[in-house]
Amino acid sequence: MATMTARTVPADRAAGAPRSTRTARTLLYGTLILGLLATLAPFAWMFLGSVKPTGEIVAHPSTWLPDSPTLVNFDRLLSKQNFGLYFFNSSLVAMACVMGNLLFCSMAGYALAKIEFAGKRVLFSLVLTMLIIPGVTTFVPLFVLVSNMGLSNSYLGLILPFLVTPLGVFLMRQFVHDIPDSLVEAARLDGAGEVRTFLSVILPLCRPALATLAILTFLAQWNNFLWPLVVAQTEEHYTLPVALALFSVGANGTNYGLLLAGAVTVVTPIILLFLVLQKHFIQGIANTGIK
Amino acid sequence: MAWGFCSPFVALFATFGVWPVFSSLSMSVTDITSRDVRTPFSVNFVGLDNYSALFADPTFVRAVLNTLYFVAVGIPLTMVIALALAVALNSGIRRAKALFRVGYFAPVVTSIVAVAVVWRYLYKPDGMINSALAAIGIHGPDWLNDPHWSMPALILMAVWRHFGIPMVIFLAGLQSVPAELHEAARMDGATRWRAFRSITLPLLRPTTLIVAILLSISYLQFFEEPFVMTSGGPLDSTVSISYYAYRQFGFGNYGLASAASYVLVTAIALLSFVQFRIFRAKV
Repeated sequence: MATMTARTVPADRAAGAPRSTRTARTLLYGTLILGLLATLAPFAWMFLGSVKPTGEIVAHPSTWLPDSPTLVNFDRLLSKQNFGLYFFNSSLVAMACVMGNLLFCSMAGYALAKIEFAGKRVLFSLVLTMLIIPGVTTFVPLFVLVSNMGLSNSYLGLILPFLVTPLGVFLMRQFVHDIPDSLVEAARLDGAGEVRTFLSVILPLCRPALATLAILTFLAQWNNFLWPLVVAQTEEHYTLPVALALFSVGANGTNYGLLLAGAVTVVTPIILLFLVLQKHFIQGIANTGIK
Repeated sequence: MAWGFCSPFVALFATFGVWPVFSSLSMSVTDITSRDVRTPFSVNFVGLDNYSALFADPTFVRAVLNTLYFVAVGIPLTMVIALALAVALNSGIRRAKALFRVGYFAPVVTSIVAVAVVWRYLYKPDGMINSALAAIGIHGPDWLNDPHWSMPALILMAVWRHFGIPMVIFLAGLQSVPAELHEAARMDGATRWRAFRSITLPLLRPTTLIVAILLSISYLQFFEEPFVMTSGGPLDSTVSISYYAYRQFGFGNYGLASAASYVLVTAIALLSFVQFRIFRAKV
């Protein structure tokens, strides 16, 4: 890159780039930074607003930084609004779905990728078809089904429909498919049964795919809204998004301090997880195109 | 043995995934309502009545048009922004790439309900967006209460929430475009824009196809934004097909709701198919 004999090196990469290129680059950085600020502005406003008293949020002209920062909104959220319970419910549902998807989808993915059996093709095409079926299509019969099973307004009703997902099986099947057959055969030659092969050969190799699946499932369930809104009918089963949505249309709809504190409570765990595991998040979503 | 591995998945998938799809199709040709849930034998077969009732309902026709509006504006806008950012991050800059990528991707991981709290406030007549517009001399509308501006407002919000996904898919695609090709064209005197159009874009076609199909599937289901922001209003200007189906479900008209959702399934299947054919033909 440092070679100064131009021609072999694109002009703008050489050390002495022409002025026009440098101007263009500065402009590009400027645009990207402005775009980034605009993209992140709603978050900034959410976090800063959550530590303002409501009076200050609705004041005119509004300011970005809080004059007198306070945690009163969060305090009220926990003491008067039961957000601790909703936080627990959201975590419980999301973790249960993560466990179910990791276990059941990797099992099915292994069978679909490495074992020959009757009905395999039909099953896999069903999985592929279900990937594009919109949620609103299955929503009504699913609700009827879950109510008839007596599971509406229960944790099971919240969890069971998402305990396995076609995306999970698709992801695991593709990953296991790329594991060389020779490894599986070697294990079988050593006398390992299918269960041994799966547990001691396949699963350890699947770690990256399992991480992706865990993240995608957790993200989808933590943010899931429509299904919990319909199934959770009383407070003790509300998840965070349901509680926040009902809260914002209720009598508290203009209590912006509380609302923003609620929004922060919903968003913070996912943002933290995202910052820690950003590579997995971005890779996972880039590979599947689905969140 | 294989079925042993599959059985937990198959049992759950069949019950909560596949069965509802068929059940929904059969409900769409009956007059089932919320009162019939426990007495399935009182339900009558009505053929395609629900479907003709849908298209005779001006609100549904409006919902179809609104959904098309959202898709026709939202998809190109999302794709252009995503591609421009991906190109800029891939080859335009060298420093802080990771920072930009994470920052631009952040809206993707957030809950729509939480985000709505903020956006409702941003869109107020005296909110942040109109203050910004006023700074450059534009008098902004009452976004969410003006039937002409409610849809653009929701499109903007949806684009904000989604562009990170195609951005990272394009980024992955761009990494497979050999840089030498680009450099060779530049040395032959092609402008950056020309090199982009005749080398990068054609090589990105498979990626573009994937992005277009994924966006079509998710944008046709347009639901959450109207649900949390406008309840379909004002004057039905933001009712989408999904939202219409949900509303009919709320009224207890399960047959009609199912029929509406099948109109959506058909549209998704058709659009994916057409896109696939168009891109295939050009390769």
